[in-house]
Amino acid sequence: MRSSGANGWLSGCVRILVVSCLSTVALAQRTHSLSPTSIFAPVSTPARSIFGLSIFVLAVTAAIFVVVFTLLFYSVVKFRKRNSDDGREPPQVYGSNQVEIAWTVIPVLIVVALFMATARVIADIQKASLPANTIEVVAIGHQFWWEYRYPGREVVTANELHVPVSDPIHPTPTFIKLVSADTDHSFWVPRLAGKTDLIPNHPNSMWIDPQETGLYLGQCAQYCGTQHAKMLLRVYVQSKDEFDRWIQQQRQPALVNDAVSRGQRIFETTACINCHTVAGTAANGRFGPDLTHLMSRDTIAAGAAPNTPNNLRLWIENPAAIKPGSLMPAMQLDDRDLDALTTYLETLR
Amino acid sequence: MNATSVAVAEQKIDWNRPERGRVGMFSLIGAEAAIFTIFVVAYLFYVGKSLTGPTPKDVLTVPVFYTICLLSSSLTIHLAAKSLRCGSVRSFGVLWLATIALGAAFLYGTASEWHRLIYEEGLTISTNLFGTTYYSLVGLHGFHVVVGLVGLSIVMALALLGKVRSDHAQRVDVLSLYWHFVDAVWVVVFTVVYVLGR
Amino acid sequence: MSADVITLPATELASRPIVARLHEWVTTVDHKRLGILYIIYALVFLMIGGIEACVIRIQLIRPHNDFVSPQVFNRMFTMHGTTMIFFVVMPVLFGFANYLIPLMIGARDMAFPRLNAFSFWMTAFGGLLLYFSLVGANGLYGAGNAPDVGWFAYAPLTAQTFSLGHSTDFWILGILVSGFGSIGTAINMIATVLCMRCPGMTLAKMPLFVWLNFVMAGLVILAVSPLTAAQIMLLVDRYLGGHFFDTQAGGSAVIWMHFFWIFGHPEVYVLVLPAFAFVSEIIPVFSRKPIFGYSVMVGATVAIGFISMSVWAHHMFTVGMGANVNTFFVLSTMAIAVPTGIKIFNWLATMWGGKIEFKTPMVFCIAFLFQFLAAGLTGVMLSAAPFTWHLGNSYFVVAHFHYVIVGGILFSLFGAFYYWFPKMSGKMYSETLGKLHFWLFFIGFHLTFDFMHVPGLLGMPRRIYTYEPGRGWDTWNLIVTVGVFFQAAGILVFLGNLLWSYFRGKAAAGDPWDAWTLEWSTNSPPPAYNFHTIPKVQSRRPLWDLKHPDDPDWKYE
Repeated sequence: MRSSGANGWLSGCVRILVVSCLSTVALAQRTHSLSPTSIFAPVSTPARSIFGLSIFVLAVTAAIFVVVFTLLFYSVVKFRKRNSDDGREPPQVYGSNQVEIAWTVIPVLIVVALFMATARVIADIQKASLPANTIEVVAIGHQFWWEYRYPGREVVTANELHVPVSDPIHPTPTFIKLVSADTDHSFWVPRLAGKTDLIPNHPNSMWIDPQETGLYLGQCAQYCGTQHAKMLLRVYVQSKDEFDRWIQQQRQPALVNDAVSRGQRIFETTACINCHTVAGTAANGRFGPDLTHLMSRDTIAAGAAPNTPNNLRLWIENPAAIKPGSLMPAMQLDDRDLDALTTYLETLR
Repeated sequence: MNATSVAVAEQKIDWNRPERGRVGMFSLIGAEAAIFTIFVVAYLFYVGKSLTGPTPKDVLTVPVFYTICLLSSSLTIHLAAKSLRCGSVRSFGVLWLATIALGAAFLYGTASEWHRLIYEEGLTISTNLFGTTYYSLVGLHGFHVVVGLVGLSIVMALALLGKVRSDHAQRVDVLSLYWHFVDAVWVVVFTVVYVLGR
Repeated sequence: MSADVITLPATELASRPIVARLHEWVTTVDHKRLGILYIIYALVFLMIGGIEACVIRIQLIRPHNDFVSPQVFNRMFTMHGTTMIFFVVMPVLFGFANYLIPLMIGARDMAFPRLNAFSFWMTAFGGLLLYFSLVGANGLYGAGNAPDVGWFAYAPLTAQTFSLGHSTDFWILGILVSGFGSIGTAINMIATVLCMRCPGMTLAKMPLFVWLNFVMAGLVILAVSPLTAAQIMLLVDRYLGGHFFDTQAGGSAVIWMHFFWIFGHPEVYVLVLPAFAFVSEIIPVFSRKPIFGYSVMVGATVAIGFISMSVWAHHMFTVGMGANVNTFFVLSTMAIAVPTGIKIFNWLATMWGGKIEFKTPMVFCIAFLFQFLAAGLTGVMLSAAPFTWHLGNSYFVVAHFHYVIVGGILFSLFGAFYYWFPKMSGKMYSETLGKLHFWLFFIGFHLTFDFMHVPGLLGMPRRIYTYEPGRGWDTWNLIVTVGVFFQAAGILVFLGNLLWSYFRGKAAAGDPWDAWTLEWSTNSPPPAYNFHTIPKVQSRRPLWDLKHPDDPDWKYE
């Protein structure tokens, strides 16, 4: 027999539950102000799908936790031995088939629900068909930097990925093929998508369609060697015009500037050109990042340091000061040569 | 409570448990089977994936004779164990020796096959994926044959010294289980390498 | 003191020189002594692994810290993981199994005592090999020293090209050698359980402890062997020019992952089943009730054993196996949550309606229940593959598995230590120090591992020697590090308690807990031959039958 008191209690509980769910979701989405790499602040469809699934999974597991925790807590308190105990053993209960069936069937049903929700999100993300105007990028993982190639647009750059913003109604996603030149790496920019590994001889792919412009951060998420920690990711989501302008600029070969010919000569006669490319010059090494438009980047050494003349000079003089264990050797140049070289590199916009 | 015996009212309990040598050997066989399974999986995974170099079709010849030797040795060891159980130590000795001879013949066959592959066909463990997986799988099996032969030889030596009696039949049985396992593995390896993989 | 026990005159005991006593220990084949050797070995490595953890956490206490170099940090997390799994948790669990299984089944020793000794020394040697790398592994300049490839050593990072010198080889050899020891012990455990049970003890009447360790031994047989195979393949690659994992020659880095995790996932069940075993013995005794649903517990254990062989690739959700394969492993991983959950409910039902005594072993086991519940649920979260696309390889996963291993396994181990310490040493431990240990460690554990989930949710990957400020990770890392010192304090109290009680504790009776399984029917510590006469049993709780002859278990089972 239900009393109105019980009804009121029940609907009160439901109300509290709904409010706490909604406010958790809202709170979670605000976490991007706490952290630029929060998984609860998605701006791209794959990240949004995962966000939706994760809230559902968190809600289910939280409910299970509350129920079982309460039962455990209750049993520990209620069935503790009292001081007034008479010393007799309690009723010896060996089991109960009905109870066992109940607590098998209910978890199985929960598992079925969770599985269906999960399978759907997996298909949404991994079996998505992408529109014709998808931007194609090939990301090549190196120890300890990222190489990006835009095959359709003849652009090669390093460490800072630029993609166009995507309008939900007319999406322009970016499709990223992921390969590796050496060991395993992983591309993880939480606000854009889940991580996908870069494994040599095992090409992978992922896609993003960021719906807000801005700079999104991440880092390599598969241990790849000594400087795994400083293989940082920077993804610049730009408006279509800005992106096109960036592409245009990146396609240009390096501007020849006589004022820095001394620095350029040092670059070309020291071992630099063995590893680095500067388009339009003799330098066409592929082991290290392409430097043609080095000064268009905000950071150097895969995000390890801001791109300032001092840092650049320090990096060439002694990479271990910024990123000990990176594969860039100290170039053993004297101060004059270092200055000239840095000045030359400063012209590579 | 310090009672060290919990006997209840005397009742005859029929108490049969398996023999621990057999259980131990079956467990070991389980572990070894798991190891071989991984090598077989690697072999099958890499079939056709070598980037260079000789392929199985190019260089492998089916070792029919030596396979027959090895599989026959399972028969001789089975008969040897049976002889020992029946008490005829002499025929046990003869059959046991035959087993060792057949096993050694198999090893000789493997060795001459490898000699041909390395020196005439230029296939080594580092040549390509086929080389790596072939030598590893066949080599792992061959290693187990060698270990088996060592065990068999020790028993042979003891038999020649007159120390093996019919009540050792159970232990000899356990050793022959290992030998049967080695043969069974060869059946799988043979199928994978010489039948499926070519 | 029963007349059955043979006492040596005091003078004989005192005059045996230390060399003779050490020689006895080194050459022993007695399962009890080997058990204690395993346990002491594990405690030593627990200290070492703990120090490695301290170094890791001090380095991560703030961003851009320079307490250690990246090279040293990478060695620290590799050694910490490898040490804790192979040279702490596995040996200590084998130690308890070795000590208790023969006693619980009414046998005089394990099935193969010499194999037992061989297995222990192989395991011990493996640990020494791993640590020998600190002095012996110098290769090319800057390339030697302890291994730094992570405890799962993904290819091709382990190829000669990327791992110069010999540090990786010591990782391989240490684990390979101790793997032989593990397989030997597993063979011994299976043969012992199947062949050495005392009359009347059918498989359905064995203590759950024996069942759980039996299934664990089966998993060791099936799971450690693939690791052995993969290690051999890696050695072939590194030294014979093989191409198993050589991506330049068409080899596959992913196949190493498959082989490793075919070992790695059942391995975590190898670690947790014995923890369940401890809890399944301790909770009934301190609730004064039999375990609820014995047959279901056995069935769930076997189910876990089987299903655990089919979930391995949930460690590879980000590797690019394709949607269908991912979906399969989501299903199998979620499935294994069902029998695991059933066990938690059965432990809960055991306490329900009982009379719970909060002695130190029980307190640790109660904490186990809450913590393992949470750990299992974060596992369910991770089983949803897209969630792992974010949280895999992040600090959320690190928090999850430490929640299982420390919050679950280590807590139940502490319970086991206190519960069987009287039996093994003949002395009672200090209950006060035991509770102090509990509270210190409990606070430290929760400070560290509760808050460790948050940086993962905020994007912090694992295995990084430092991190950028401004990502919102700083405060959480600070709290995580602070917790470590509470845990260290707790462990020191624990060790102090063991040592002090061993030398100065009160003498313990044969059955201080009023328990019901056969090990409590002999003296504390048991004589070398375990039982004066081999017992005959009629139920799962032979001592209950003796103590309650009017109401024995075999009437109800």
